[in-house]
Amino acid sequence: MIERRTDALLAVVGLVLFAIIYGLIEADVIGPFWKLNIIIICINVIMSVSLNLINGYTGQFSLGHAGFMAVGAYVSVVLTAKLHLPFAVAILVAAVAAGFVGFLIGIPTLRLNGDYLAIATLGLCEIIRIVIMNINYVGGAAGFTGIPHHTTFTWAFLVMLATLFFVKNFVNSAHGRACIAIRENEIAAEAMGVKIVNYKVLAFTLGAAFAGVAGALFAHSFYILMPGTFSFLQSFNYLIMVVLGGLGSITGSIAGAFVVTGISAALAGVPEFRMIIYSIILILLMFYRPQGLFGYVEITNLPIFRYLKNMSPEAKRAMGIDGEDKGKGGEA
Amino acid sequence: MAESILKCSNVSIVFGGLTAVDDFNMYINDGELIGLIGPNGAGKTTAFNLLTGVYAPTSGKIEFCGENVTGMKPSEITARGMARTFQNIRLFSELSVLDNVKIAFHKHIRYNLLEAALRIGRYMEDEIRTDIEAHKLLKIFGLDELANETAKNLPYGAQRRLEIARALATGPKLLLLDEPAAGMNPQETQDLMNLIAWLRKEFKITILLIEHDMSLVMGICERIYVLEYGKTIAMGGPAEIQRNPHVIRAYLGGDD
Repeated sequence: MIERRTDALLAVVGLVLFAIIYGLIEADVIGPFWKLNIIIICINVIMSVSLNLINGYTGQFSLGHAGFMAVGAYVSVVLTAKLHLPFAVAILVAAVAAGFVGFLIGIPTLRLNGDYLAIATLGLCEIIRIVIMNINYVGGAAGFTGIPHHTTFTWAFLVMLATLFFVKNFVNSAHGRACIAIRENEIAAEAMGVKIVNYKVLAFTLGAAFAGVAGALFAHSFYILMPGTFSFLQSFNYLIMVVLGGLGSITGSIAGAFVVTGISAALAGVPEFRMIIYSIILILLMFYRPQGLFGYVEITNLPIFRYLKNMSPEAKRAMGIDGEDKGKGGEA
Repeated sequence: MAESILKCSNVSIVFGGLTAVDDFNMYINDGELIGLIGPNGAGKTTAFNLLTGVYAPTSGKIEFCGENVTGMKPSEITARGMARTFQNIRLFSELSVLDNVKIAFHKHIRYNLLEAALRIGRYMEDEIRTDIEAHKLLKIFGLDELANETAKNLPYGAQRRLEIARALATGPKLLLLDEPAAGMNPQETQDLMNLIAWLRKEFKITILLIEHDMSLVMGICERIYVLEYGKTIAMGGPAEIQRNPHVIRAYLGGDD
């Protein structure tokens, strides 16, 4: 099966990459500064790909992603630091909690369109942050201290890989196609039998749940967690990653998270020029590539992947249809 | 006598002070091919939007296959077997031709979210079936060569055909075509007429179409409804309609 081959190929690429970086960290070629940044990149990949699910695939302009991350972060630290539960449990509960908040927020707000939705989600993100700030149990504005340092490179990378596979499979299923149809033309999608509201809420809930996962990983990367981290500026940051990488592209989200996080880290040595250079890069990119680095294009559609896929004519025959490039349709 | 699959009783819709469709009555029997004509702004597309649930009528009742569908959402009505095309083409323009059709198979998909995410259970079976069915349908419309083309890059006539293919993919009993021949040359219109007649037999569907091209309407429709200013001014067979003085006046003008 062609899709299975693509999956296997992607999994191998992912694991090889993991092994290489892991080896470099163990051998101390990558120092603690870049190691932390690699973990942050993994977390940001989860954030941008989940935001892409809402903004890029379903076409709903959400600006509140940092809010869902905050929910995941705080729920998970309560579970590990206060209740001493395992990290894996904390990640799962964080996903469920953030997903649930996304679901609750999604039902009323997804009746709005475009700019109105953006403003509503922006406001809700701020509400989440201010509510957390006023809960003394989690440290309030001073922050939550004494968090166990659970997030290793292995955790971050493998959770990111799982997220990417989930999102890839989702957008290439009928459910994902329904979301994409909503983005393309709401009226036509509804006329084709797609339940618009259900799918908008579904995409929003899934996106929020993965933001919760990213939040849990983020919270356990540091010893202190402050509500101020999850301001709307942080939401903008993720939006920049998605738009810069390319809307509606998983490859784009990875590239966006990588480039944005990489640039800020690389410029950490020249803090006075950091924002200027960062802004100039953004302006130039939007000027010359307004669709983003990989707008609506996936790495699996690039020549190298096609070559690898086309190596198996027997797989095509097994599908019972001839004609080359069959599986290409919307495959990630 | 064949039973009515669609029945509208006294359907009206008011936008602000304007009654766009006034006291609209229509019945369509199983297997019929019905035309809906009228001058520009007569309310034909509004009538379509009422039937397919885009608008809820201000008053009146719409029954489809014996079920009251008044005020239902378009997706619910599509699920019950009514599909449509749009006057101003509404394809999923950035997607491939194949994906356009695949999306319309939505209601036949049985796998859930988890099965999709892990690619287990009915996922593969359903996806392969969808793929094969979509290709079959594209072949009928002569679009299979273009399956991987982006929909917006198709020539105009092909986009119209793709819209019909997409509507058929939902598995309708009743197909509503909103000006299917708009912008087509006489040869393309002729081909389209043959295609519509063939589809009707092959898929055993009932068709309601809005059309301005009189040769098409008179050539294939069994009964015709004529709207003017939201009111039904005539109904009958093609010959009857052509002689009807109200219709002649609506189209050609005349003394009131």
